[in-house]
Amino acid sequence: MIAESMYQELILEHYKHPQGRGLREPYDAEVHHVNPTCGDEVTLRVKLGDGGKVLDVSYDGQGCSISQAAASVLYELATDSTVEESLSVVDEFTRLMQGRGQVEADEDVLGDAVAFAGVAKFPARVKCALLSWMAYKDAVLRSQA
Amino acid sequence: MSVPSFDVERVRKDFPILSRELPGGRPLVYLDSGNSSQKPNQVIDTMREHLAQHYSNVGRALHALGSESTEAYEAARDKVAGFIGAPSRDEVIFTKNASEAINLVAYAFGNPINTDDRFRVGPGDEIVITEMEHHSNIVPWQLLAQRTGAKLRWFSVTDEGRLSLDDLDELVNERTKIVSIVHQSNVLGTVNSISPILARAREVGALMMVDASQSVPHQRVDVDDLDVDFVAFTGHKMVGPSGIGVLWGRRELLDAMPPFLGGGEMIEAVWMDRSTYAPLPHKFEAGTPPIVEAVGLGAAVDYLTSIGMDAIKQHERELTGYALEALREIPGLRIIGPRTVIARGGTVSFTLEGIHPHDVGQILDDVFGVAVRVGHHCARPLHLRFGIPATTRASFYLYNTTAEIDALVRGLHHVQKVFG
Ligand SMILES: Cc1ncc(COP(=O)(O)O)c(C=O)c1O
Repeated sequence: MIAESMYQELILEHYKHPQGRGLREPYDAEVHHVNPTCGDEVTLRVKLGDGGKVLDVSYDGQGCSISQAAASVLYELATDSTVEESLSVVDEFTRLMQGRGQVEADEDVLGDAVAFAGVAKFPARVKCALLSWMAYKDAVLRSQA
Repeated sequence: MSVPSFDVERVRKDFPILSRELPGGRPLVYLDSGNSSQKPNQVIDTMREHLAQHYSNVGRALHALGSESTEAYEAARDKVAGFIGAPSRDEVIFTKNASEAINLVAYAFGNPINTDDRFRVGPGDEIVITEMEHHSNIVPWQLLAQRTGAKLRWFSVTDEGRLSLDDLDELVNERTKIVSIVHQSNVLGTVNSISPILARAREVGALMMVDASQSVPHQRVDVDDLDVDFVAFTGHKMVGPSGIGVLWGRRELLDAMPPFLGGGEMIEAVWMDRSTYAPLPHKFEAGTPPIVEAVGLGAAVDYLTSIGMDAIKQHERELTGYALEALREIPGLRIIGPRTVIARGGTVSFTLEGIHPHDVGQILDDVFGVAVRVGHHCARPLHLRFGIPATTRASFYLYNTTAEIDALVRGLHHVQKVFG
């Protein structure tokens, strides 16, 4: 049962009880990203503070369990961290997802996001996992611009 | 009409892939024939035999292999013509797929080198399609509208997944140049009644095309009975190979149309500054065609004929009735499309409350070996119409069994356990 190993308890937990969901004010930038192959969508806002602190990441969207859980985990990892720290997590997560299951995950950097390691073996689902993370990176770049 | 006896277990033996195992020892439960069908030994062997013993280019080689290959290629055309009741074999044009067949027709309209009035399209003219089309029968007409300034219009779809013909007389009017509609929907399973729309198209002098990609594989389709001007379908959905499709058109219209692609084989004579074109069907078959694929399609229609299209239709009707009934027992399952077997084929799309189709499809595949399609099935506007991003679709063919539908239902219960 390969897929069931993809659906880690932690992923299902975040899917059923998403953290930080819903769009909030105030925000510095808002982005909307779509996965054209499956129609998954996310709208995401970031609010940055002094010293590159991430004050809030708020989001709304629709999609499969992987994309929804990934947004929820992102919220937990990014909020109250810094732009620099969170972008290094995004980079590590992207490396893991694009590694076709061959990449060893750095748990110290990724925290809960390691639960997505199994997704990397399913090329069709990698975009689902990355959707909100790419949106976050985009939003951060825009709010700094 | 008496239906020849149908033995699904015997049919399954013709399809080697159906007895393979998936990794982890899962049996294959293939419920994705609406996407592409599996192939029987009769098709595989015929293609192999052609490659091994008769292969050469067609039309232009004088040697023994050239004539054997040409004969086999042209014999496939005869078989397809017979299969769809084409008045003439020359009206059967081999294309790459249904999409190419539809594009071929769309490019004949509003084309400056086509002086026939029926194909003249400009601002003020209208093109009519439906909301239940596959993207292949939407985008070519959008492109035509963009090229010419014509207006694209469409029939809407009712909540039950039927075409709404309430505004037929307004939608199809004196400004309409072409009406192109799907015969059987690849999402809803709905089989559209062509005749009322055709009657109106004739009244106003519009041409009419039918996308029969999902009907020719599953029921007897006779182009003479349909009586429209163009019919498109695709080999890979009718137990034939991919890479080969068919456009049938009325000879008189095909003669009036300009070539679609230029190249070898489609010409009569070429000078440096102009050319004259080959007669039908070769005028529309530029370059080396998909030879082995055409031969394979010939074997596919022989195979379907030997089983009997009426028997296939009856078998699928039983499967569809069984599936519609069985799916009823799953809480939160909503069927997108007609809930009865009347005027409907064996394609059943649905949503499961609170669970995304990607998750449904992944668990069905990886745990149960059940292959379904998830997403918008190249019919995004239809999904928008129903206010949903995606559906899960099970589609049946002659080799499917009620036991496979039971496996689907078991799988769906498990999906609900995982995500519930
Ligand atoms: C109704 C319908 N029309 C057109 C097509 C396009 O067929 P092809 O991809 O072979 O061109 C399909 C299948 O994908 C279909 O289901």
